[in-house]
Amino acid sequence: MTQPPADIDALLITMADDLRTLLKARQVDNPVMIGIHSGGVWVARRLHEMLGLEESLGTLDISFYRDDFSRTGMHPEVKPSHLPFDVDNRHLILVDDVLYTGRTIRAALNELFDYGRPAAIYLAVLADRDGRELPVQADVTGYHIELPRGQQLKLQGPDPLGLRVVDVVSNA
Amino acid sequence: MRANPQLDENGKLRHFLTIEGLRRPLLTDILDTAESFAGVTERTVKKVPLLRGKTIVNLFFEPSTRTRTTFELAAKRLSADVLNIQASVSATTKGETLLDTLHNLEAMHCDMFVVRHCDSGAAHFMAKHVAPHVAVINAGDGSHAHPTQAMLDMFTIRRHKGEFGALRVAIVGDILHSRVARSQIHALTTLGVNEVRIIAPKTLIPAHAEALGVHVYHDLREGLRDVDVVIMLRLQNERMGSAFLPGEHEYYRLFGLTEEKLALAKPDVTVMHPGPINRGVEIDSAVADGPRSVILQQVSYGIAVRMAIMSMAMHQRGE
Repeated sequence: MTQPPADIDALLITMADDLRTLLKARQVDNPVMIGIHSGGVWVARRLHEMLGLEESLGTLDISFYRDDFSRTGMHPEVKPSHLPFDVDNRHLILVDDVLYTGRTIRAALNELFDYGRPAAIYLAVLADRDGRELPVQADVTGYHIELPRGQQLKLQGPDPLGLRVVDVVSNA
Repeated sequence: MRANPQLDENGKLRHFLTIEGLRRPLLTDILDTAESFAGVTERTVKKVPLLRGKTIVNLFFEPSTRTRTTFELAAKRLSADVLNIQASVSATTKGETLLDTLHNLEAMHCDMFVVRHCDSGAAHFMAKHVAPHVAVINAGDGSHAHPTQAMLDMFTIRRHKGEFGALRVAIVGDILHSRVARSQIHALTTLGVNEVRIIAPKTLIPAHAEALGVHVYHDLREGLRDVDVVIMLRLQNERMGSAFLPGEHEYYRLFGLTEEKLALAKPDVTVMHPGPINRGVEIDSAVADGPRSVILQQVSYGIAVRMAIMSMAMHQRGE
């Protein structure tokens, strides 16, 4: 089995560089960052510090926006979303740990628009895997892997961060 | 023995009928979920799409403004469609009427009933007869239970006082007829507060009240000593004049909460009241509008708490 790289710090450094390049190319000087609970927040905390962003990190829990609510019910550990800034006309960097089906990002975008109308949203993910079910792509990606359907890529953390491939327990 | 009718086979909420028989982790889950919903009401768009496409019926056989409107707002903020029905109880064929009403509404493909009824057990009765995909929330039944009110009171206490373990809570007023008090007592003891006191004249305390795990006081001054939270109950006017009480002036003199009596409690005491308040009967205006009162916050929290309970009871229905 292919195992992802053990050195997450190296991935984060590359991501921070790519984000700087992206922001410069788009002429964005004052972006804010938002992490998606829980893994996305861990990654965002590190990137937020590396980029030296002025405003505090925002956090998003997309439980209330999931499209499988009527099947799976309320996530048992839903955390409050907290955006300590106005999103209207701002450039937002949305951060998640693993991009897979794209459904989490769809939910996050819906939630963000209930806070206001951002100027632009960029997506940064630590890891990207195949299996997309929605037309969602990341602007910045730390690492890419192809995995069979029965396997999942998980981020463990918050300290230290580690990526691991695990077998999915079938709940059919 | 039949399992708790409020829970499904995985121990998740199916209906919300009474606090009795629910365990601490579930109550804590409700409070935590409500905490997340509290943030929603502070945003530009005060709505989440959780219950989009669901229909919720507020079926009220008793008048109510606060409870019904906060249930309605909660449902709307969850993106559900809401139907308000102010029904009257036909005295002769109550059981049959309730069941008929129920089946008629079910035929309109409703997903949840929020029911208030003057008969104790009405919500249980409905829960027993609804189709498997329908959830029932008790918004007050007779003098039995008012569990969503109790949960919003617990939410208020946790917000203003923190952990439950160290707290001494006093409930003052007509305990005998109060469904709110009964639900509060179950919630407080389940969440493990240090002490629950009930304070009232002898005629307004149920027999064997101690069996609920509370301490009984008949003197307000004595009972208020060193408490962290005081919950005042509304003195229902209809009790006056019957044999329960001599009159509201005497009641106010003995059991009305004033600044002077409140001084016996802890300096940072929190004063609560489920509303509507009778100024000058059970509580003095100076206390009700004073800095230690959280009566209006309770109303706001009621929306978030009801959003939590409705969304938790609505999950995994026949899909």
